[in-house]
Amino acid sequence: MSLLSTLARLEAIRSGRAEPLATVRHRHLSDRPMVVVPLAAAGEAGAPLAVLLGTDRAAPRLHLVPQPLNRTQRFDFLARFAAELLPYLESFGAEVEQIEASEKDPETGEKTQVFRELCADAPQLIVPNPGSIRHLALLGRSTRFRRTAEDADPGPYPAPTRVPLLGRWLTHLTERSQVPGSSLLLPMTGLLARHWATGQSHLEDQHLAAQLAWHSPPPGLTGAEAAELAETERDAHGQLTHPPAGPATDPRFDELVLAGAITRHDAALVALQHLTTAGQPAAGLTTADRPAERQRAELLVKLASEQLHAALESVLLPTWRDVWHGLDLLRTLPPAAHLAERWESDRWSYTGHRDRLAAGEPPQPKQDDAVTAARKLAQREREQVRVDVQEALDDPLVMAERRLAGEAFTGVVTEVTPAYDTSGRSPKPRPLVTVRTEDRPHADPGREAHRANGLAAQKAVIVGADPAEGTITVQVTSGMGRKKEPEPGSLPEPGDRITFTLFELTPRQSAPLPDPDDTPWTHGGPPGSADHSPTAAEEWE
Amino acid sequence: MNVSHLGQAQPLAQRLAELRGRAPQRSLDARALAALAANPGCRRRALLDAAGVDKAAVAHRLGRPAPFGQSPFAIARGNVFEYRLKENGYAALLEPLRRHLGLPEHTDTPLAVPDLLHRSSPAVRAGRTRVALAEAAADPAAWTLLDHPMLRLTVAGSPAYLEPDAVVVHGGRCTVVEIKSFPILDGSADPAKVGAAARQAAVYVLALQETAAEEAGDKAGEEAGRPTLPSPYAVPDLPGSPELTVLLVCPKDFTNRPTVAAVDIRRELATTRRQLALMTRVDQLLGSLPAGTTFDLAPDEAGSPTRPSEELADAVESVPAAYRPDCLSTCELGFHCRAQARCADSVDQLGPGVRGELGTITTVTEALKAAADLNTDPTADPTSETRPTETRPAEARLAYAAALRAEALGRAAR
Ligand code: SF4
Repeated sequence: MSLLSTLARLEAIRSGRAEPLATVRHRHLSDRPMVVVPLAAAGEAGAPLAVLLGTDRAAPRLHLVPQPLNRTQRFDFLARFAAELLPYLESFGAEVEQIEASEKDPETGEKTQVFRELCADAPQLIVPNPGSIRHLALLGRSTRFRRTAEDADPGPYPAPTRVPLLGRWLTHLTERSQVPGSSLLLPMTGLLARHWATGQSHLEDQHLAAQLAWHSPPPGLTGAEAAELAETERDAHGQLTHPPAGPATDPRFDELVLAGAITRHDAALVALQHLTTAGQPAAGLTTADRPAERQRAELLVKLASEQLHAALESVLLPTWRDVWHGLDLLRTLPPAAHLAERWESDRWSYTGHRDRLAAGEPPQPKQDDAVTAARKLAQREREQVRVDVQEALDDPLVMAERRLAGEAFTGVVTEVTPAYDTSGRSPKPRPLVTVRTEDRPHADPGREAHRANGLAAQKAVIVGADPAEGTITVQVTSGMGRKKEPEPGSLPEPGDRITFTLFELTPRQSAPLPDPDDTPWTHGGPPGSADHSPTAAEEWE
Repeated sequence: MNVSHLGQAQPLAQRLAELRGRAPQRSLDARALAALAANPGCRRRALLDAAGVDKAAVAHRLGRPAPFGQSPFAIARGNVFEYRLKENGYAALLEPLRRHLGLPEHTDTPLAVPDLLHRSSPAVRAGRTRVALAEAAADPAAWTLLDHPMLRLTVAGSPAYLEPDAVVVHGGRCTVVEIKSFPILDGSADPAKVGAAARQAAVYVLALQETAAEEAGDKAGEEAGRPTLPSPYAVPDLPGSPELTVLLVCPKDFTNRPTVAAVDIRRELATTRRQLALMTRVDQLLGSLPAGTTFDLAPDEAGSPTRPSEELADAVESVPAAYRPDCLSTCELGFHCRAQARCADSVDQLGPGVRGELGTITTVTEALKAAADLNTDPTADPTSETRPTETRPAEARLAYAAALRAEALGRAAR
């Protein structure tokens, strides 16, 4: 955490409300995001319990596993989850634009012009917190290798047809979410924490309701007080008035509400099945009573199921509202200038996955081979640098952090002195620009500096600094055109406010082609020797 | 744990009992001991734990109960997994252990599973475990599995009883085996959970080291005819000494089948030792307490506490704490200590990182005052290493940061 964000937290403690950490929105927000609030069954990794999801905040859809240990019910749940999610994901695949690129023929080395499809937009999932992402990743891992009835060898427990596909999408989205600056799948706690500081620690910010409490504390309460209520307040039945945002449920909810509801549902189901299979009517009843008895049993199952739904809905809805509330808050910020560029990378990522599915490639391996792992790591490092630079350019508050760190300086131009490099055949402009600044960058003479937010990229070299005067002088070396005199407007003028950074502003970046993990294997070599074996033996028990 | 303080054990135990009041002593389990390592700097916790105070009850009385709990589903799942490992003569448990430890096939040397008197009192069970352990260690060729043995560890002069899931003994050495219900997925497990398991296992290893040392000491004593208790750490290779690598048995991927991961716990062991050493110095902590301090809840006949909570809060307050946000998930008093940190305007509420950043500044008010201080010379170089000694670096940097923040937000500098 930088000192500037610490300062913002201190201010939040004093004001009792969240304080800004950004002046613009640094993540792309879709016009039609899908909010997904997943719950996991306690005690078993990746066992789903329920999910509340949808693109319409007024109409969330709830799906649940009535008995989390029951494999068939789990498959049913996953099939319904897939039926809800996949059409949304796939709906962005149809509208494409053609992007021109050149590709090198691997044999002749000749460059040829190619057109590649790029989807015009991409889906966006918003979940409550990073834990939800980990849970979705586990769901992806546990489903993408499943065999279905359509496979040649379906195994003893074939999954519903679209379940493996759900797994592959979840795997792709959760992997992509590890790339800095990506926006296909975002956790709300992280989004809020990126843009506002609360007066509590990062750890406490993981609790979505507690973090939001700092944004709109009820009248008369400070953010800290409201957050503590969100964390701990319980009703007369011992239930949290603001349930955790998942994926784990509150143990007291499991104990006092959920366990009973599951047991009742199980019992009702058993009773009904018993009626269906048993030859004899229950004691004291004649065969004539059978239909009535059956109806009664069906009714009991329905009631038990409704109770279970109500119980889970009651703990999911507050989080659902919180996520949408968070989106409202984020939408009050103007979008950052570089969002479109980064979202295009997300679109490439989405398009790449769409293409891999269409090409009939196998599911993502359990473990990346060494080459893929190294490429992913390199990609993440590259993207981190890119995001850091872009955020600094887009937002003076982020640039302030770099200035505080001595990596940039901002000031007013006091003097521009023409100068020339006459070493070559024709003289080149090398004017000196002096800036008065209170910043104290690590500006040793000879160090390269970059003009931020100029019309074109412009480099300079530090030639001197006068700490007593508070001035720094640089010699501009590029971005002035090809003539002897600088192009009009290409140089700052005295009185202009200007920022130079000591870090590069254009991290080496090729054309916006898909990143390695989004390159179809047909384009990027064999998928390696990783283990793709479908795991018939890997059964849930 | 060392013998040196045994002489004063009685008065110490008495004073700790006074602190505890009428409540029965809460014996520390491995989880609680392991959690100590999570916040080693906290004396409040060290003292309360040493005295065996029920921190959860205290937190409840103070109005900020600990939110800890375990889902019945998680407990059930854990039990089912452990049961499956142990049915059919530990077949499922032994299969992966065999691979890891080079256990023999049944036909060669049969695995001994001694009866450890599970229905008896902890002290009896601990005695029985000690005997079984000594027997097993005496025969290097034998393979022995101690199922839920009971170990004794002296903490601040009082015995704590600890129950690992299993200990395997062979070749005169033993290995702690912990059964966990989090999975090892594609060869790796959640690092946070492995870390917690390692800290817990370290406590068992420590107890086994103590047992081995005592056993050796007894023998030496018998032979030499005088009691000598060597330091448990000086002689690591006593018979029955534990390996410093423990085995976690976890479900493999999404199945109920077990797989084994070996975890080196040397670092955790060192931390736990340090923390326990701090607890054995509780007499120093006790020395600085006001006379008559007690954490007695004064329960009435129905068991409800009658001690005024302000009084109790004062007693708790009299022991210095070291609040940090992860207390919320590791200590029963977390919410209470947080409220106190907030009340005291301490920058600790934001975490140790912030504390470090702010140098000598310890309160929010001070920090904000420094940030608003226009008199702080803005041209004093806050990043330079060579500044006059009278400039206060944290304050100057804060003022500079505040100016930058105000500029970026288009606010007037305060
Ligand atoms: S919550 Fe309080 S008593 Fe517990 S470890 Fe933290 S500071 Fe110490």
